Amino acid sequence: MNSTETKSFGVLTRDLALKIDSIIEKHQSNSTKLIGILLDIQDVVPRQYIPREVAAYVSEKMNIPLSKTYDVISFYAALSDVPRADYIIQLCDSVVCKVTDNTVLLNTITNLLGINEREATADGKYWLEYTPCFGACDISPAIRINGKVYGNLTTEDSIKAALSQYK
Amino acid sequence: MNMVNLKIDNINVTVPDGTTILEAAKKVNVNIPHLCYHPDQAVKANCRVCVVDVAGSKKLAPACSSYVYEGMEVQTNTKKVRDMQKGILELILANHDQDCLKCLRSGNCELQALCQRFNISKTNLDETIEALPLDNTNPSLVRDTAKCIKCDRCVEACQKVQEVHALTHSHRSVHYNVAPAYEMPLEQTFCVLCGQCSAVCPVGAIVEKDDTAMVWDAIQDPKKHVIVQVAPAVRVALGDMFNLPKGSIVTGQMVAALRRLGFDKIFDTNFTADLTIMEEGNELIQRLTKGGTLPMITSCSPGWINFIEGRYDHLLDHLSSCKSPQQMFGALSKSYYADITGIDPKDIYTVSIMPCTAKKFEAKRPEMKTNGVQEVDAVLTTRELGRMIQSAGIDFVGLEEDQFDNPFGIGTGAGAIFGATGGVMEAALRTAYEVITGKELPALEFKGVRGLEGIKECTVDIDGLELKVAVAHGLGNAKKLLKQIDSGESPYAFIEVMACPGGCIGGGGQPIKSTMDVKAKRIDAIYHIDEDLPLRKSHENPAVKELYEKFLGAPLGHKSHELLHTHYHSRGMKYNFKELMNK
Ligand code: SF4
Ligand code: SF4
Ligand code: SF4
Ligand code: FES
Ligand code: FES
Repeated sequence: MNSTETKSFGVLTRDLALKIDSIIEKHQSNSTKLIGILLDIQDVVPRQYIPREVAAYVSEKMNIPLSKTYDVISFYAALSDVPRADYIIQLCDSVVCKVTDNTVLLNTITNLLGINEREATADGKYWLEYTPCFGACDISPAIRINGKVYGNLTTEDSIKAALSQYK
Repeated sequence: MNMVNLKIDNINVTVPDGTTILEAAKKVNVNIPHLCYHPDQAVKANCRVCVVDVAGSKKLAPACSSYVYEGMEVQTNTKKVRDMQKGILELILANHDQDCLKCLRSGNCELQALCQRFNISKTNLDETIEALPLDNTNPSLVRDTAKCIKCDRCVEACQKVQEVHALTHSHRSVHYNVAPAYEMPLEQTFCVLCGQCSAVCPVGAIVEKDDTAMVWDAIQDPKKHVIVQVAPAVRVALGDMFNLPKGSIVTGQMVAALRRLGFDKIFDTNFTADLTIMEEGNELIQRLTKGGTLPMITSCSPGWINFIEGRYDHLLDHLSSCKSPQQMFGALSKSYYADITGIDPKDIYTVSIMPCTAKKFEAKRPEMKTNGVQEVDAVLTTRELGRMIQSAGIDFVGLEEDQFDNPFGIGTGAGAIFGATGGVMEAALRTAYEVITGKELPALEFKGVRGLEGIKECTVDIDGLELKVAVAHGLGNAKKLLKQIDSGESPYAFIEVMACPGGCIGGGGQPIKSTMDVKAKRIDAIYHIDEDLPLRKSHENPAVKELYEKFLGAPLGHKSHELLHTHYHSRGMKYNFKELMNK
């Protein structure tokens, strides 16, 4: 309780706030749909995360304490409270992908981009994280980049090809 | 009520239906280990250290969340139970920064007591405790997550009782944590520094910022004239630190102990509580008769001030402009007292003993200065005073009673009851009635504003003038009254708000284990003090009268305004979304 200045914004702009308003409206301001609302909002925030000022904005709009919103954000792996990147690479680490050996996949991405799990490249372009099975077992090992699935990634070339679509 | 018969460790017990095993066991003097259980809080059942063996069930059951049934047979001390409890404690310790020797909670730490009971200490010495940086950037509290056992008691105090929501649980499984959102330090949240979290924490993970070293130094400094004031709520709680019965009145021993510690003069905050009534009472009369923002709300609780300045800054006009009794005392100590003693205000070191952690913050507010110096130099909580007395090796219980010094040693019963919820209201009504009507009050007690009900209200008839007043304690209750004001539906002329449940006797700096039962006993003690005093109305305090005659002039006069009133202001804590949208 010591601040003497009104908080200023680093991420939240008028445009972004308007987008958030329409997302909340789309979900009828229903606080039981908070997770869905936050997921949608995360998609429109640069570097795909929910910073404190955005969480505070949502909390005020929906009349939920910030503490509660943060509890939800930090609980769900699909929501991030730290900046990620423009392109989120999600590596499946469920059973089928493990069997079809996703370690080659992991090592290749790590080598190509120089990042480990839950890290972003210095330019803020790519972020790597694990995710449970997303139903692409038939073409495993698989990844998702910003939600789009790429499968049969057994060779370095196939992985490069997938990544090359996100520059 | 349906009664249930059961056996705990082969002892017959009869308790009402709906009692937990843990509570039933207490009735027959069996103390089942527990950490997350707190008698005033909801069942959490997250620590599992309370497990017991229930006949007919293979799995051990948590005693704090299992309810008794007819014919139940419980064993609390079998090998299976003890091994499990020991194992759980060892797991907790593995992730605990065990440094009891310099921990403020040593001696009244629930984890330490259990480890002693099971004769265990930290076993694995790999120092990989996952913790946030120490949060010690505010003047009131220190949070050390390396000691947090994640019991969630502080979260309940902060969210359900205070409705501040500064603390929350977050993340999951091994990363499960208790901290403010986005792991901010308390100072950057809406935390009001009330310390209610520190009062319920079973361990040393949230504690008062210890300022005793500063005070020891000042006492030792020959150039400093060190004076101390003691708040009304301290004298009915300090005895807890010396194992006296709860609610013991220890005013005389407390003054004697302070004298032995080496304070040059020992004064009573009850005196400035009376003074507050003179100023605040007249402010109310002025607002009622000459027009001014109503309801007027009291301003003596700094946790409450932090709350309204942070979150409800659009309602600041409702606050009385009076400083709190602590700050009024501080201001007088660096002006009037300096004048009459001929001591340079710079050489006077003013200490207050308070039941409150937020008072530490209040004393450091930049505007709380008189004659160029800080009004109150150091604030110690009741707990810190208790530790100083222990540290000095003073046998508190055996001390001969001593008395407060003059000129700030006389307080009336009205000043004394400031320590209990409803007390400021009652004291103000006693004075307002007599000042407005010029008649003597038929009955001194305003029973309607007493007691532990969350919001109390009553209507007072002041010679035909109907005055509707309300009292709230605990910020959750205060919030309800603010919402009424916000919607224009507040029927009241005057509201008393205390941030802590029970008022100051339940302050965040009071001895640990201030449960609701204990608070009730302290409140009784406070009203006893009031009844036993020869003077029970602030305007009859002879020392206050003398102060006005010799120094201040009249209530709300020029000097009063300069010394005893302040300007409460927005803390700028909120994001300004409106401005953003208007860009
Ligand atoms: S919290 Fe308790 S167990 Fe931990 S260091 Fe402090 S006294 Fe010891
Ligand atoms: S001091 Fe009060 S407001 Fe701050 S975290 Fe503790 S309980 Fe919450
Ligand atoms: S800080 Fe204390 S009360 Fe809060 S969760 Fe940790 S151990 Fe429990
Ligand atoms: S196991 Fe990897 S997509 Fe199903
Ligand atoms: S006291 Fe029962 S689970 Fe913590």
